[in-house]
Amino acid sequence: MHIQLWCAFIYYIEEVIFVPKKGDFVRIHKIILTSEERAPQVPEDTKQVPLELWTKGFLMADATIGDEVTITTLADREETGTLIEVNQAHDVNYGDFVPEIIQIGVKVKKELFGE
Amino acid sequence: MDKSYQGIMNRKNEIIKNAVGLDYTNFELEGIAFDYEKMMNEAAYSLEEMREIQLDNGVGNTPLLELKNISALARKYAPEGKGARIFIKDEACNASGSFKARRASISTYHAKKLGYKGVIAATSGNYGAAVASQAMKQGLKCIIVQETYDSSKVGQPEIVEKARKCEAYGAEVAQLTVGPELFYKALSMLEETGYFNASLYTPFGIAGVETLGYELAEQCIEKIGKHPDVVVCTNAGGGNLTGTARGLRKANAKSTVVGASVSLKGLHMASDNQFNKKSFTTGHTGFSVPFTTWPDRSDVPRSAARPLRYLDRHVTITQGEVFYITEMLAQLEGLERGPAGNTSLAAAFSLAQELDEDQVIVVQETEYTGAGKHIQPQLAFARQNGIDLKFGNPKEEVPGESIILPETPELIKAVDLDVNKLRQSLVKNAVKQKGSTNFSEVELSYLEEETNSSRETVIELINNLK
Repeated sequence: MHIQLWCAFIYYIEEVIFVPKKGDFVRIHKIILTSEERAPQVPEDTKQVPLELWTKGFLMADATIGDEVTITTLADREETGTLIEVNQAHDVNYGDFVPEIIQIGVKVKKELFGE
Repeated sequence: MDKSYQGIMNRKNEIIKNAVGLDYTNFELEGIAFDYEKMMNEAAYSLEEMREIQLDNGVGNTPLLELKNISALARKYAPEGKGARIFIKDEACNASGSFKARRASISTYHAKKLGYKGVIAATSGNYGAAVASQAMKQGLKCIIVQETYDSSKVGQPEIVEKARKCEAYGAEVAQLTVGPELFYKALSMLEETGYFNASLYTPFGIAGVETLGYELAEQCIEKIGKHPDVVVCTNAGGGNLTGTARGLRKANAKSTVVGASVSLKGLHMASDNQFNKKSFTTGHTGFSVPFTTWPDRSDVPRSAARPLRYLDRHVTITQGEVFYITEMLAQLEGLERGPAGNTSLAAAFSLAQELDEDQVIVVQETEYTGAGKHIQPQLAFARQNGIDLKFGNPKEEVPGESIILPETPELIKAVDLDVNKLRQSLVKNAVKQKGSTNFSEVELSYLEEETNSSRETVIELINNLK
């Protein structure tokens, strides 16, 4: 009984919550140029690695993370690639605190207005 | 159709012609020469038309602010009687937060007029946000192609933020790893979609910046009764300086035009390993030196951004100095703005000390700031990448290894780039292009215009290469 419940739970997690559905806003990844295909003027270190692309769009059919999929982007363009993420969050932030920055304000005010 | 790198590059001219709606061969003269003014006059809009288009789209008429506290601080370090008044054009007030909206507004208006359904721009900078914002206003689809990550998928916080901003306006953002093949991907998308190439370097884009120079000249007349003595422009691809200088001329302002760039000496722009070692993604010498000395390396056959025709002087400033002045702008003037746009402010702080007290120096831009695109995350990112961040003498900064914040504001000093050396490089590139040092009369006249110098100087620069 416990095993059956557990299986049902796993099924629910996989199928209902995490399985990307048609129409979901997803992110895909693909290799555009392999290391060998890169432009001749590229520096040596860059030539060692492929040219990669990430873009986002609406999934055209249900899929699983890691599948080759086709999406329609916000610019009405179709692109194929490996499905890597659904509903990606923007994680830009203000980073770790940099104590020197506070000192700049203290210093310039002292320089202009005195102690 | 052959979609390989070479396949697409072989079709480059045809793709561009279809995607810009402009036949550049109409402006070719002979050999290396083309008729720049003909291109600007025939392809672009009049100043009045552009002002109207821009005002309709939330662009232009930005405030010109006097930075009284920063001017007073610069005066403290200047010789007796020196220390000009510093003004700043608050371009962050444009829709999308930078002067780039001026370029994008004209490009997207033109794309719409020609009947294109969408626009594409290859840029990691503010221009992407500007094109996305203006494209939406025109009801056009938009794709921004940006160089975002190194091969470990680590991206500069500033670039990652711009991707968010472009997406916020409804654009597709195609993010790539480091490399000049960004252009290849953009071309491939232009061919696939039939969209307009909202390149940074078309006549429409560059002419769009003329309103900036014109406006600031007018505002100076209103505020102080004269044109500015000096205008400092951050220089990267050359469009900001070119457009502003052309606008100043149209306003009959005789201001000295100074280009300013962040020194990234020693760093290779297309290097995967060095990509995240720099803290400036634009406004730096990695763009300004190659683009000033050979503008036609851009993504259109003939770039409308030709800064060497207009600049009277070019200076560099360090990363540490620009970050420092960015914080100074917040703490002394109550203006929190993005770092890259303050490159020219750092230069102006130093240049003001050479000018008389009654003279006026205008910094012609600011840019928006926010999470990712701010002194705090950018310096935190630098420190995480092993960059030594400390107070000291900024002249000891080594790009890619250290960022040195000035111990005192007195240490902020603009360093001159020898404009004659820039001219020499341009002529050297012309010789390389031509494959010979024998130029026709038309080509020699063209080189005079390109280097903003005399026939004698051009001949001397050619002879130096023989």
